[in-house]
Amino acid sequence: MAASRIDVRKTYKLYIGGAFPRSESGHSYEVTDSKGRFVANAALASRKDVRDAVVAARKAFGPWSARTAYNRGQILYRIAEVMEDRRPQFEEAVRQSEGASAAAARAQVDAAVDRLVWYAGWADKLAQVIGNANPVAGPFFNHTAPEPTGVVGVLAPQSSSLLGLVSVVAPVIVTGNVAVVVSSYARPLPAVTFAEVLATSDVPGGVVNILTGDAAVLGPWLASHMDVNAIDLCGVAGSPDLATSLEVAAADNLTRVRRAPDAEPDWSAEPGLAPMTAFVEQKTVWHPIGI
Amino acid sequence: MASTSSTTGGFEYAPAPESRSIVDIKPSYGLFVDGDFVDGQGSSFKTINPATEETLAEVAEASEADVDLAVRAARRAFRGWSRMSGRERAKYLFRIARIIQERGRELAVLESIDNGKPIKESRDVDVPIVAAHFFYYAGWADKLEYAGLGANPRPLGVAGQVIPWNFPLLMLAWKVAPALACGNTVVLKPAETTPLTALLFAEICQQADLPPGVVNIVTGAGATGQAIVAHPDVDKVAFTGSTEVGKAIARTVAGSDKRVTLELGGKAANIVFDDAPIDQAVEGIVSGIFFNQGHVCCAGSRLLVQESVADEVLARLKRRMGTLRVGDPLDKNTDIGAINSSEQLARIRELSDVGEAEGAERWAPACDLPSSGFWFPPTVFTGVTQAHRIAREEVFGPVLSVLTFRTPAEAVEKANNTPYGLSAGVWTEKGSRILHMASQLRAGVVWANTFNKFDPASPFGGFKESGYGREGGRQGLAAYLQGGDL
Repeated sequence: MAASRIDVRKTYKLYIGGAFPRSESGHSYEVTDSKGRFVANAALASRKDVRDAVVAARKAFGPWSARTAYNRGQILYRIAEVMEDRRPQFEEAVRQSEGASAAAARAQVDAAVDRLVWYAGWADKLAQVIGNANPVAGPFFNHTAPEPTGVVGVLAPQSSSLLGLVSVVAPVIVTGNVAVVVSSYARPLPAVTFAEVLATSDVPGGVVNILTGDAAVLGPWLASHMDVNAIDLCGVAGSPDLATSLEVAAADNLTRVRRAPDAEPDWSAEPGLAPMTAFVEQKTVWHPIGI
Repeated sequence: MASTSSTTGGFEYAPAPESRSIVDIKPSYGLFVDGDFVDGQGSSFKTINPATEETLAEVAEASEADVDLAVRAARRAFRGWSRMSGRERAKYLFRIARIIQERGRELAVLESIDNGKPIKESRDVDVPIVAAHFFYYAGWADKLEYAGLGANPRPLGVAGQVIPWNFPLLMLAWKVAPALACGNTVVLKPAETTPLTALLFAEICQQADLPPGVVNIVTGAGATGQAIVAHPDVDKVAFTGSTEVGKAIARTVAGSDKRVTLELGGKAANIVFDDAPIDQAVEGIVSGIFFNQGHVCCAGSRLLVQESVADEVLARLKRRMGTLRVGDPLDKNTDIGAINSSEQLARIRELSDVGEAEGAERWAPACDLPSSGFWFPPTVFTGVTQAHRIAREEVFGPVLSVLTFRTPAEAVEKANNTPYGLSAGVWTEKGSRILHMASQLRAGVVWANTFNKFDPASPFGGFKESGYGREGGRQGLAAYLQGGDL
């Protein structure tokens, strides 16, 4: 009898505060590949998981935003390095999730790694591009520079399970914010593998928290949470009624909203500054000039 | 009216009233739509002088239909205005700036009559900065492609703008100047208690031969503002006012493509360290909370003073408060004018009473207040804790809450312990501490060793529940351009 080895399967869990807990609810849901075949059970995040993730994110915000821009850039580059190392695994995950051809999956992973490198370089340049000295009519030093908004809720895109995910997370953290991410519901597994990369890339625990689950269920808790400062609604693109209700919920504490596009954008296009500038606050500092 | 008050530490001054004969207030005003003053279809309301309670004029209350006409006029004008070369648009803005300077005294007197603010502030602060704002943004109109906001900056369309009563003409300038420079047209609603300088500004637009419909001014109250915000053909909403209304606006525009800028409330900490130059700090505390009767969203309404110098700072502050002159807004020596409305006065009184009831200690200098009109003496509360309502809620009046701290970390903690994040002040001689505090304070404007300074080149706006978007400077352009990425 031929001894065939039985696979050791991975348990796909949440990523909160640098740890990999199961959902507090004890619930999970079946994840299938693009052809509908069972792949794994993913943790089904609950309202309380959202709450725990926001607490972890808030705790991480002070130290992360206080890092030098150079250091944040180094860490984003490090994420790219570790991801590059695990390209075959990501290619397989994307192929399985999205039903992409091997070549298309490879292109997605390449673009995701390159996007991290692109954003890594912005860390110490954004302030120079969007900040400025202000020549006021008086003897004052006066300048304006961007600062992170704080805890950002990110509803990640539903289709693009890796490139789309990286494209909405990187701009949030490179600017010094921290993120609570809700992954694609149907294609969550690349997000969990991405969390494993984050955990081994010198990204402090809590800076990125990833919840697998339903944006329609978790989005309202995130949008209305009084300790969330901004929210990216990309993950509900194509559901205008839901997007509107989330924007209404966000108004209660003037959470900044990056509105959902009509449909998921072409993630291969260069992002521009908007994904970063949506989550910064411009601060102006005055001081008299004198002897 | 009584002359300015005699106070404990002050000199006696003879009355020095500015003549109001320069201003010609009409008995009634219509709406300014499509370049002309027209009758509104709705009812009308009175605007009064808050220092005397006399009725100044009857003003049209724009109905939803009136707002619709104004938005249509703005839409029609948008085509020509947005296609006009920036160089030509700039000339109109320069003209407006010049006419504001030429008619500066008239504007200042009218502002003080309608708002209640001292003439020395309307004359020396409001009106000069208004003119400067139009000059600043005029210069941008033909340079938008150099603003770093994209290669082909395009305007948004029709901007609906709703402004408050505390700086009526200045808030108009903050809204109108950048909107027009970028090629947008506007429908603006001044506050119901202070419509008159906006209506005079409409005349200035006529004198400048501004094309009809580029600026439309509709007077009214909350319903008129709501009609502007909700109008489906308005592309941009800019609002300055209360956080409560700002949240309502955010709900109204949800699901639309409207771009929004909100400048809302504040509860700024003004932090005085033990090494601060105390006399300068006291001047900064006074201007921080008593400028414009404290009707300032970025007012330094929470004084955080380091425990070791608290007694000295308070003693000098009280002495200085005793020299403040409360009274006739048109008197050139007046420091604190009238509270803008009886409603606002009631709110200030209510919160002050709550302050006492919750256990804080109230002090105000002896002050003869005029018998008619709306007045509130400069007031300081000591023994305030972070839980007190006067430490948490915006009073929007000349009322200062004093708290103490021991370490810089405690100062940061207390300063940031508020849902607001508009402004903050820091007083210390130590440069590295200034920069540390500036980085730690979650506020859009940080004044270090100064307070309440404004300039058209300097972006202004809040963190958290103080709103979003910036007005002023290059950042102020982004709010009126497509793809404005700042």
